[in-house]
Amino acid sequence: MSELTAVREGRPAGPAPVDFGEFVRREGGNGRLVVQPRMGFGDPGRMRTGLVATKAADAATVGTLTLDSYTRVGNLEAVETALRDGIDLNGYPVVSHPAETTAAVLDGVRDQTFPVQVRHGSATPIDIFRAMMRLNLNATEGGPVSYCLPYGRTPLADAIRNWEDCCDLYVRMQDVGIEPHLETFGGCMLGQLCPPSQLVAISFLEAMFFAQRGLRSISMSYAQQTDPVQDREAVTALRRLSAEMLPVANWHVVIYAYMGVYPETDHGAYGLLASAARLAVTTGAERLIVKTAAEARRIPTIAENVQALEYASDTALRTGRGRDDTFTDSPTYQEARALVEAVLNLDDDLGRALLKAFRHGYLDVPYCVHPDNAGRARSYIDSGGRLRWADTGKLPIAGIAERGPSRKIGSADLMNDLFHVRCKFDAGPRELDPASPELIRGRAAVGSRPKEYTA
Amino acid sequence: MHDLSARGTESFVERSKGTVIVTTLASDSHTWNLVFLQVLIEECGYDVVNLGPCVPDELLVSECRDRNPEMIVISSVNGHGYQDGMRVIGQLRDAAPLAATPIVIGGKLGTDGGEGASRTHELMAAGFDAVFEDGQDPIAAFHAFLATLPSEPRRQAVEAADHARVSA
Ligand code: B12
Repeated sequence: MSELTAVREGRPAGPAPVDFGEFVRREGGNGRLVVQPRMGFGDPGRMRTGLVATKAADAATVGTLTLDSYTRVGNLEAVETALRDGIDLNGYPVVSHPAETTAAVLDGVRDQTFPVQVRHGSATPIDIFRAMMRLNLNATEGGPVSYCLPYGRTPLADAIRNWEDCCDLYVRMQDVGIEPHLETFGGCMLGQLCPPSQLVAISFLEAMFFAQRGLRSISMSYAQQTDPVQDREAVTALRRLSAEMLPVANWHVVIYAYMGVYPETDHGAYGLLASAARLAVTTGAERLIVKTAAEARRIPTIAENVQALEYASDTALRTGRGRDDTFTDSPTYQEARALVEAVLNLDDDLGRALLKAFRHGYLDVPYCVHPDNAGRARSYIDSGGRLRWADTGKLPIAGIAERGPSRKIGSADLMNDLFHVRCKFDAGPRELDPASPELIRGRAAVGSRPKEYTA
Repeated sequence: MHDLSARGTESFVERSKGTVIVTTLASDSHTWNLVFLQVLIEECGYDVVNLGPCVPDELLVSECRDRNPEMIVISSVNGHGYQDGMRVIGQLRDAAPLAATPIVIGGKLGTDGGEGASRTHELMAAGFDAVFEDGQDPIAAFHAFLATLPSEPRRQAVEAADHARVSA
């Protein structure tokens, strides 16, 4: 436990862990992609096997510890019950497992060639940060807005305060020669039906919040939505805003493969993943978080994760071209910029600005039931597949917003829109493109059983 | 929590079949499933109270006890539904008016896609009236279950005799 003592004594044990941001910027971008799973298991042995398999995958990878829902909401008693009764958790309980156990999970796997990130979804994350820091884990994800509104009942003001405190604690790793990295989750929000301009704005504003609290290694997320052209506009807008305004040089962009209702068929799931990989390379994004063929049903196995990583990486390499700048000026950029400026003008302090923004309805996430969300904005998918505003509520984008004719969204419309992407990809060509079966090595899609890893 | 009722926008007169509570459990933050069920149940003629995400056990019990609904519909998709459901069902049944209230649970209740579902038996034995796991056409089964419920609210006699409901 020399690592632990070392952090307590304020010095890194052995070589400091690599800066996640710097690593991704070196390995990704310019047509290359770092790929990452959303992987988390309750059992430490299985978690370690998953990390080992991720590292060994035929792709440039980084590792993930996704935490379980009980840890996210601070119900450690329920974690104990699950561990005692042998009930599977939906992620790794980093606060409950003794630090020695997690150190053993990481030992020899995490190194200078394989950084590991912690992903959770908690608006009250102080225990998680403490557990991470005890283990020299210097990469994570979150945000005062994006880890609050989609994740429960914590008031936004509390979430903002909690995230300020956590950032203040986390940057202290810099004092002992370790660079802490933080990724915004703001490019995802509820996973679906949030118009891209607002995803870009929230992701960017959370990055500004992190920078203001002293973070120097930051990534901004964007989750694939419904239309490839609009998505390219959005990622390009996110890069442009960051280049123009983010006061930090060490930043990169991470794309999430679709975060809404996922296709049920193998060809649909892989088709959507391929499209996310192409979005990432053509916009110059450095990193991609994959989804698997099991997404629509259950927590994926290690093998399913590895197949998705390799498939996404191969698709990216085959795309054969890097970033193009066709979409530098777009309606998505104009809207995102208007939202960002309106929020920045509310207060010099980003935390207060974000709180006021939601109070005024300057940010308003469609279909989000959280009491601190204004709940007036509505969205829909137009006949061409573009995600648009049906109602802009009090968003400061009058005259700029891309709107269709004003319309009421009934229940049937909402259901169609929720299942739009799934239906489109499940109905798509049954045949994967000719190279794919061989890329999806050993998968059911080509007849044989996936290779399984045992812990 | 905000009301996303789809019926709020249309204007029509109709006799409500009573109130149904739609909720998830303490560890689950998913809400699209709740919106989906709310809309579906409203379209079957009920008023729906949607308790929103991550409902703490105590809040769940107190809301259900105080509102004494026709039915309680629990949805969980994050993989902890079995464990959370087993924990709360006893507390709900022990709350005075809920001993015989129809209480159902559905969604993705474990992390395994419902394949080894001995869960259903255990949940029923613990006090649920029905379990609707994905993979077994849960929506059709749920409609069939709804059809077995009385079409008049239980407490209608107590309330105004003929309470035509106007929503505008
Ligand atoms: C959107 C989404 C999110 C959003 C949710 C935002 C929000 N506020 O709602 C975000 C990104 C925040 C999120 C977070 C997480 N998610 Co999520 N999410 C999804 C996703 C992609 C779509 C869900 C959705 O919107 N469905 C639309 C609604 C209308 O349908 P539905 O929920 O699927 O429900 C259907 C049926 O289950 C059924 N049903 C549901 N309940 C009931 C109840 C009754 C009575 C009946 C009759 C029927 C019924 O009816 C619905 C229509 O068919 C699903 C995967 C998928 N489906 O593609 C994963 C998924 C549900 N998430 C999952 C998980 C694990 C999580 C996290 C824990 C993170 C993680 N470890 O990966 C966190 C949750 C943290 C927490 N505290 O709970 C898992 C659950 C795994 C399991 N059960 O085995 C899934 C399946 C993904 C996966 N394969 O890993 N998620």
